[in-house]
Amino acid sequence: MELLSGGEMLIRALRDEGVECIFGYPGGTALHIYDAIFKQEEIRHVLVRHEQAAAHAADGYARSTGRTGVVLVTSGPGATNAITGIATAYMDSIPMLVLSAQVPTEKIGEDAFQETDMIGVSRPIVKHSFTVRSPEEIPLIVKKAFHIASTGRPGPVVIDIPKNMTTPNERYEYAYPESVKLRSYSPSLKGHAGQIKKAVDLLVQAKRPVIYAGGGVVSGSGSELLIRLAQMLNYPVTTTLMGLGCYPGSDRQSLGMLGMHGTFEANTAMHHSDLILAVGARFDDRVTNTPSKFCPSAKILHIDIDPTSISKIVEADVPIVGMVENVLPQMIAALQASEIQPDETALAEWWSQIDEWRGRHGLHTAVRYNTEGDLIMPQEVIQELYRATDGKAYVTSDVGQHQMFAAQYYKFDQPRRWINSGGLGTMGFGFPSAMGVQYAHRDAVVACVTGEGSIQMCIQELSTCTQYHLPIKIIILNNQALGMVKQWQDIHYEGRYSESLYEDSLPDFVKLAEAYGHIGIRVERREDLAEKMRECFSHKDKLVILDVQVDPTEHVYPMHVAPGSMRDMWVGKAERT
Amino acid sequence: MRHIISVLVENEPGALSRIVGLFSQRSYNIETLNVAPTEDETLSRVTLTTTGSDEVIEQIIKHLNKLIDVVKLVDLTEGLHLERELLLIKLKATGEMRGEIKRVADIFRGQIIDVTQAIFTVQLVGTSDKLDAFIEAVDPATILEVVRSGVSGIARGEKRLSL
Repeated sequence: MELLSGGEMLIRALRDEGVECIFGYPGGTALHIYDAIFKQEEIRHVLVRHEQAAAHAADGYARSTGRTGVVLVTSGPGATNAITGIATAYMDSIPMLVLSAQVPTEKIGEDAFQETDMIGVSRPIVKHSFTVRSPEEIPLIVKKAFHIASTGRPGPVVIDIPKNMTTPNERYEYAYPESVKLRSYSPSLKGHAGQIKKAVDLLVQAKRPVIYAGGGVVSGSGSELLIRLAQMLNYPVTTTLMGLGCYPGSDRQSLGMLGMHGTFEANTAMHHSDLILAVGARFDDRVTNTPSKFCPSAKILHIDIDPTSISKIVEADVPIVGMVENVLPQMIAALQASEIQPDETALAEWWSQIDEWRGRHGLHTAVRYNTEGDLIMPQEVIQELYRATDGKAYVTSDVGQHQMFAAQYYKFDQPRRWINSGGLGTMGFGFPSAMGVQYAHRDAVVACVTGEGSIQMCIQELSTCTQYHLPIKIIILNNQALGMVKQWQDIHYEGRYSESLYEDSLPDFVKLAEAYGHIGIRVERREDLAEKMRECFSHKDKLVILDVQVDPTEHVYPMHVAPGSMRDMWVGKAERT
Repeated sequence: MRHIISVLVENEPGALSRIVGLFSQRSYNIETLNVAPTEDETLSRVTLTTTGSDEVIEQIIKHLNKLIDVVKLVDLTEGLHLERELLLIKLKATGEMRGEIKRVADIFRGQIIDVTQAIFTVQLVGTSDKLDAFIEAVDPATILEVVRSGVSGIARGEKRLSL
């Protein structure tokens, strides 16, 4: 058997797990591991400029490929810098392995240089964590960590590695376990047959059904199954922010996104429905508006891998715990065997009602923003982006108005194409996550839709993109303010813009891009938008910042009126339901 | 309603902090908590009492089960069970109070396990209610220190919590 040091075992175990790249940043306690990286060629390492970006990049890699993203950071500040990225992945159930180096075992607890209790600090935002207590354990811990991170409801796992566990001249026999079983961890795989039957019985009797699909359909690779089920039934489908793309956004049965900034037809249909089939969605507060007023006449069927998500916010009438990729085929089979089939007359009425709602305020049935002024409207930037990329780009985003406009106006037809921080709402996520996406898909078109606020939260990664030739297209919807904050200040604080304006302090993004060897393009005039957008994407091998000056007064609509029900929305500055 | 939840957890460093962390993170109550080894050296048994609506208790149980270190658990209050708590109480005992404390301790089947010229230390085992009643029964002015173990519990009859 081969003898390897702890550091070598760690890297070898990653290789044997099929890892192709690591996003990280070295430091004192991680140096033995970095030396092991230097001595091999199979796993590539991406040197970021800040550890938060390492976690977001690994996250983007994971979201766009479905594989577990790997992060390597040093102890102390390296580890704490990664925390925001870990929390982001945790909230959105993204498989991630975080390797954090630690001070040597004998120094732990002594407030040593660059010591932080990483296990303690990360505890509330990880699925699980391990401390390496002897180097021989490393292969088994790595195996367990990947198993936990990637199965069940996925999530980040931290392995804390004291420096003396990786000492180069202490060698051990290495063997990577083929499989691992944990007695305390066995995520339920199949749905309960009785529950499936109950659910299908209700499903076929519905008169006003809605399928409400979330991120679980994406992470559970359930997209094709969902499409099949929805099309067998001819039921409308709305997706959450996290679920965009799991049902084709351009399909007739798609109602688009639901929730706080969801479409009028999605929210209104939810409110009036008599049956909701929730698949891999968790009734987030950004979806439900006031839970006690949520969909008063609907029976709720809820499929989720995580029992804690069921009946947490909204009581489920028929809960089904199981993996989406197992439960949906069970549902389809039960549906095919069912003697009762959906009531076509009721369904036709329901569709005509939905089409009426769509016609009234739908985002794609008419232009819902002001087209009379000279200023570029943020919505049309997204529409132009959609045209320039044929609707096929990987789109990452940050958090705020630009994120909502992208979610509303870019119709995603495939899962894993829309990459955003839904749960934690992390500004600074978009750009570094795009690096992970671009690194995983070297020839794909990757656009980061961001704001002039969000992009500055991880702007340092422009340097990383130079080093690794990552030709990301950064589309800045530049309204010179924290747009969503300002929107709330307009609505709830009589327009008192407390600390939400940049007041001529913004950098020249064109020069900034050029300083790093990239291309910068500024767009000010409406008539230039389409051409500049095309120009941006014509630079196939270069990173481009497209800095688009947009109307600073625009709001995102629809917007839920709180407290209220799903149907209570502002549909414009002066118009509400 | 008060629930007694007994949990078998992996005997790993950090396992207890994950349980306690879960309660503080999701603002659930813990009223009592105890943890000790079991007949299986790879497992510890954590017993905790908590209060909440049925929905909250259901979430607590689901979240505990979701922790990787939790191997198995039971809500003892769902079935017939025995519960016991240990009380050690240090009382000022001089003059007439010495006889009085002895009498009250006898009524509660407590034992005086340490004596000095001015102090009695009483040990009492029972349900939490019984311990509360004893503390109520002695003159508050005599109480110097109260130590309670937190609740331990076990199901009645054949039922047991094991792997």
